[in-house]
Amino acid sequence: MITRATNRLLVSAALAILASPAMAGFDELNLTQGVTPISREVYDLHMWILWVCIIIGIIVFGAMAWSIIYHRKSKGAVPATFHESTKLEILWTAVPFLILITIAVPATSTLLYMSDTSTDADMTIKVTGHQWKWQYEYMDEGIDFISNLHPDHNNARMKGSGTDVTTIDHYLLDVDEPLVVPVDKKIRLLLTASDVIHAWWVPELGQKQDAIPGYINEMWTKIEKEGTYRGNCAELCGKDHGFMPVVVKAVSEADYQKWLGEKKQAAEAAAAGADREWTLDELMAKGQQVYNTNCMACHGMNGEGGVGKAIAGSPIANGDAGAHIDLLLKGVAGTAMAGYAAILNDVDLAAVISYQRKGFGNDADIVQPADIKAAR
Amino acid sequence: MSHASHDDYYVPHGTNWPIIGTIGLTTLFVGFSNYLNGNSIGTWFMLAGTAIVIYMLFRWFGEVIDESLSGKYSDQVDTSFRMSMGWFIFSEVMFFAAFFGALFYARVLSIPWLGGEGDGVMTNAVLWSGFEAAWPTNGPGEVGGDFQIVGAWGIPAINTLILLTSGVTVTFAHWALKQGNNSKTTMWLAATVALGFIFVGLQAYEYQHAWSDLNLTMGSGIYGSTFYMLTGFHGLHVTIGAIMLFVMMLRSAKGHFSPHNHFAFEAAAWYWHFVDVVWLGLFIFVYWL
Amino acid sequence: MSEHVATHDDHDHGPEKGLMRWVRTTNHKDIGTLYLLFSLLMFLIGGAMAMVIRLELFQPGMQFVDPQFFNSMTTMHALIMVFGAVMPAFVGLANWLVPMMIGAPDMALPRMNNWSFWILPFGFAMLLSTLFMEGGAPAAGWTMYPPLVLQTQDAFPFLIFTVHILGLSSIMGAINIVATILNMRAPGMSLMKMPLFVWTWFITAYLLIAVMPVFAGAVTMLLTDQYFGTSFFDAAGGGDPVLFQHVFWFFGHPEVYIMILPAFGIVSAIVPTFARKPLFGYSSMVYATASIAFLSFIVWAHHMFTVGMPVAGELFFMYATMLIAVPTGVKVFNWVSTMWRGSMTFETPMLFALGFIILFTIGGFSGLMLAITPVDFQYHDTYFVVAHFHYVLVSGAIFSIMAAAYYWLPKWTGNMYDERLGKIHFWLSTIFVNVLFFPQHFLGLAGMPRRIPDYSLQFADWNMVSSIGGFAFGLTQLLFCYIVYKTIKGGQKATDRVWEGATGLEFEKLSSPPPYHSFTEAPQVK
Ligand code: HEA
Ligand code: HEA
Ligand code: HEC
Ligand code: CUA
Ligand SMILES: [Cu+2]
Repeated sequence: MITRATNRLLVSAALAILASPAMAGFDELNLTQGVTPISREVYDLHMWILWVCIIIGIIVFGAMAWSIIYHRKSKGAVPATFHESTKLEILWTAVPFLILITIAVPATSTLLYMSDTSTDADMTIKVTGHQWKWQYEYMDEGIDFISNLHPDHNNARMKGSGTDVTTIDHYLLDVDEPLVVPVDKKIRLLLTASDVIHAWWVPELGQKQDAIPGYINEMWTKIEKEGTYRGNCAELCGKDHGFMPVVVKAVSEADYQKWLGEKKQAAEAAAAGADREWTLDELMAKGQQVYNTNCMACHGMNGEGGVGKAIAGSPIANGDAGAHIDLLLKGVAGTAMAGYAAILNDVDLAAVISYQRKGFGNDADIVQPADIKAAR
Repeated sequence: MSHASHDDYYVPHGTNWPIIGTIGLTTLFVGFSNYLNGNSIGTWFMLAGTAIVIYMLFRWFGEVIDESLSGKYSDQVDTSFRMSMGWFIFSEVMFFAAFFGALFYARVLSIPWLGGEGDGVMTNAVLWSGFEAAWPTNGPGEVGGDFQIVGAWGIPAINTLILLTSGVTVTFAHWALKQGNNSKTTMWLAATVALGFIFVGLQAYEYQHAWSDLNLTMGSGIYGSTFYMLTGFHGLHVTIGAIMLFVMMLRSAKGHFSPHNHFAFEAAAWYWHFVDVVWLGLFIFVYWL
Repeated sequence: MSEHVATHDDHDHGPEKGLMRWVRTTNHKDIGTLYLLFSLLMFLIGGAMAMVIRLELFQPGMQFVDPQFFNSMTTMHALIMVFGAVMPAFVGLANWLVPMMIGAPDMALPRMNNWSFWILPFGFAMLLSTLFMEGGAPAAGWTMYPPLVLQTQDAFPFLIFTVHILGLSSIMGAINIVATILNMRAPGMSLMKMPLFVWTWFITAYLLIAVMPVFAGAVTMLLTDQYFGTSFFDAAGGGDPVLFQHVFWFFGHPEVYIMILPAFGIVSAIVPTFARKPLFGYSSMVYATASIAFLSFIVWAHHMFTVGMPVAGELFFMYATMLIAVPTGVKVFNWVSTMWRGSMTFETPMLFALGFIILFTIGGFSGLMLAITPVDFQYHDTYFVVAHFHYVLVSGAIFSIMAAAYYWLPKWTGNMYDERLGKIHFWLSTIFVNVLFFPQHFLGLAGMPRRIPDYSLQFADWNMVSSIGGFAFGLTQLLFCYIVYKTIKGGQKATDRVWEGATGLEFEKLSSPPPYHSFTEAPQVK
């Protein structure tokens, strides 16, 4: 028999463990209410089911506790012999059933509300998941960019990086380029992926959908409050699944238009860049930046390889430039090496290819954006 | 009798075959894995594993046959065998159900979605514009290139007749067995086995033709995948069933069966009927519709 | 065949001597023991992997392992716990108990019984060997979704064939159990007199026979997609990655009931014994079990609410899933009514059974919350799901196995376990399992995804709590190993009935420990 004293000791130890750090995280106990009409409906539904469960729990565990306390042998309880009651069985089949209906009805209407993606959509954004970054394409504006885990976070999260991650704001939840959208607009999102299944999720928007290669899934959202909302990829997608955040910046219509203008200008500048010759230094500088955000995860900081083959000393990177370009554009079928034709523009590709051919101890001829354009 | 129990239920004492079978199976799988990973040594392991498994099956079944002939099995043991065979066949049905499920899913859901029907509008418009849902298909990527399909009314129809006939001949064998006519049983079994192997032969011919003349391969998109997966596993089962019946034929010739004690024969016959029914499903959903 | 004559001519029915006894045995008790010990070993290995997970998640930042290895740990942990620990434990219990409970001399097919066991360790040896392979162990989650799983390197075929082996083992084991129950009952043991443990296993066996082959089919398609050019899961060829999920979960959801129905049987045996009152609502328990099993075939897509199914599908699977709460509720209410006005004592098996009822119900509640499609969009693939299934699996399935071990060990070994240590084991387990998994509800609601090796700072506190609970829970299980060891070695002798209120053939008609061959004469059941 365990003694009262040990018992009490254990319980207080457990409470102590629970209590100390709980203070800090205490506001993180429940589902977020979010900033969209959907997320609020979802929150209400969540609270309703939670209360149903808690109340049923209290009744069931209460009855158990009563028996445990009053119908114990040490209290001299004499066992009754009843062991059947059709009436009771019917009762406790019917009552839970009715309770379930009170959950099913609001759940159905919320679901129907959520699935109406196409009525009155103000804008459409195509979201493509890649290992391990998101690509956003504003279908009506011709804007298209990649959103990576912020480089600072990416460095800090490496094993043995020497950075104290607790000093980083929004650790792992920040990107180099967030998705920018206007508030109070019905935004239709088309989700897909290029390699494996990912899932696009921002808790405050109250929605999550899988991004499936070869198929398009749809969802919609309407953000009512300006702000920055953070989420993650929510479907296991390989090594860096945990490092694939989603950041949405909801801004006023005016700010959105301003951002849109800047984006378009930048796109034009890039297009202009594609038409000129680049120097080796320019290519190397740009190439390093492209490499570190796109390739390093698989090919290593020094091109030593990892998930991907080593770039240092690679026959491709030291061989025919045409074959190298081709590999980058198309990828290697059946491996993690995806094609980058849709992800990187001519300048980026020329830069990263040149960077591989001159860096990491390799020595082969560089390529120009025009070469890429020709090869596409 | 080794063991007295109620109804004299026979409980064997100690056996080596399971562990030998396990070693064989593991060797086979490890070999196959190595082969798939490109290690040539894998092939040898596969061969060795297969040999061990076949040896084990021979010896294990041999032991069971001896026990059966020496009258160790009561009716109750017989019932256990029957139930087990029945549920084993059910598990095989579920194995095929997975592939039939894949076929129906592709035909009813994924192909129409890719073609833009129903919920698939955007899938089609954004990713695969120009692709129209149809069956047969090798998908919007036209994986494996143009191909033609095997028509239902050539070899497959003949094969259907063959299998249905073999279902009849095996039943004749059963009737003969119940009359205690061993030579007749053997003869009808021989006919059944022959039909079985003719089926497999025609199937092999058809595969060869499809693969090299029609460019219909396992790589021909979802059509080729489901076609070869279903017909391939079916063909494998026909082969196994025919071998089982062949063994029954030999045993019948040796006079192993009596009118009321021939579970092994019945098990093989059930299996044969199961293979038959699966074929009907294939004929209808793979070749015909 | 000369040698078998020799084997069978010995009329001495005791076990063989030495190590080969265990390799060659056809005795249901020996095989039961093998299963149970194997399961314990796998629980320790799977648990050690969970400790790696909890260690890495103890603090934010990557400290100990690489992300890829972390994913391997998650994957292997789940595969080992599910297929190596929980399922074999239940099969082991069935082997020991079903023949004794229905008055049979042994299992229906003793040689096949041996085979179902022995391919398991070999299968797991194959799986574990992948840890040392090029590219590491499988890391795509126990659910093995393509296309990700197709990125597995050398381990890939080993993973597939391991699944085939496990499937073979389960199917053979299940067929054996069905045949035993249908064909080997003692005279008078009608179906509706069978103990509930036998009933629940009977139904479980059908689930196994129906879904393990489907699982085998699913992974076979993965294999051909990888090596033989098929396009089942590739949109370009007209396939669909989601197709795999449908096939997998058609297996996977019944699979989770495979891991809980026998637990229901165990609890239904233990609660009446220690309440000294017959089980309330025996026949409704049987029907409820059958309903759960039936429903389990039509709810699978509740694991896939976010894959973009048509709304009608989502609604159907939501309603069907919710319905499962009804028969499960019937079970819970019946247990509570069995205790009501009983005369209860609280030995260790009863404590674990009570812990089971409460904690499983909590897990069931979170399951019901997950079933509500629109809200599942928020919960899905977060730690809320992790919390849900560990409540039903650890404080559900594992607790029931612990309860069964304490309840029947004295019967099996003839020795009582150490009650004081047993109680300590219970209390430590119960406290720490909650410290371990309850905070994971909060983490999930706050937005922490599952299957990640590192996380954002707002999740730090509860992860630390959870890890501490995890380490303590893990260490506590070493105590269990010690208690079992001590009981096997010796201890106070158990009576034949063992527990004052125990009923059933194994307690009423057999000694403790029972003879190597029990019921060589069929008992008469009134
Ligand atoms: C033993 C295993 C087990 C059991 C018994 C259950 C039981 C249930 N599970 Fe669980 N589940 C898992 C193991 C299990 N689950 C696993 C392993 C996963 C994750 C797999 C993965 O992705 O890796 C999972 C995931 C999972 C999901 C998917 C979540 C997601 O990924 O988004 C869902 C969704 O519907 C779900 C629902 C349920 C329901 C409704 C039950 C019901 O059976 C519960 C019924 C019980 C009760 C409700 C309590 C008692 C009832 C009463 C007291 C009566 C009155 C009650 C009411 C009217 C509310 N489970
Ligand atoms: C029956 C099944 C079962 C069981 C028993 C357990 C038991 C445990 N599980 Fe497991 N778990 C799953 C089934 C199970 N789990 C499944 C299906 C998944 C999903 C996988 C996926 O996403 O694909 C999962 C995933 C999972 C995760 C999420 C991982 C992720 O998403 O990345 C975590 C994290 O905490 C976890 C923890 C634990 C812990 C701490 C235990 C503990 O209860 C274990 C306790 C036991 C021991 C610790 C062993 C005994 C002690 C020793 C060997 C001595 C060494 C001890 C110390 C050093 C302290 N599990
Ligand atoms: C998701 C992981 C991943 C990412 C990200 C990735 N690669 Fe690769 N890469 C691979 C793999 C895997 C291979 C090996 C393919 C094979 O088996 O042939 C590879 C092969 C290569 C090769 C051929 C090497 C050789 O010698 O055969 C080159 C060059 C290459 N990648 C360049 C890049 C560049 C440039 C980028 C970024 C723009 C990049 N990779 C991003 C995984 C990746
Ligand atoms: Cu992308 Cu997880
Ligand atoms: Cu489920």
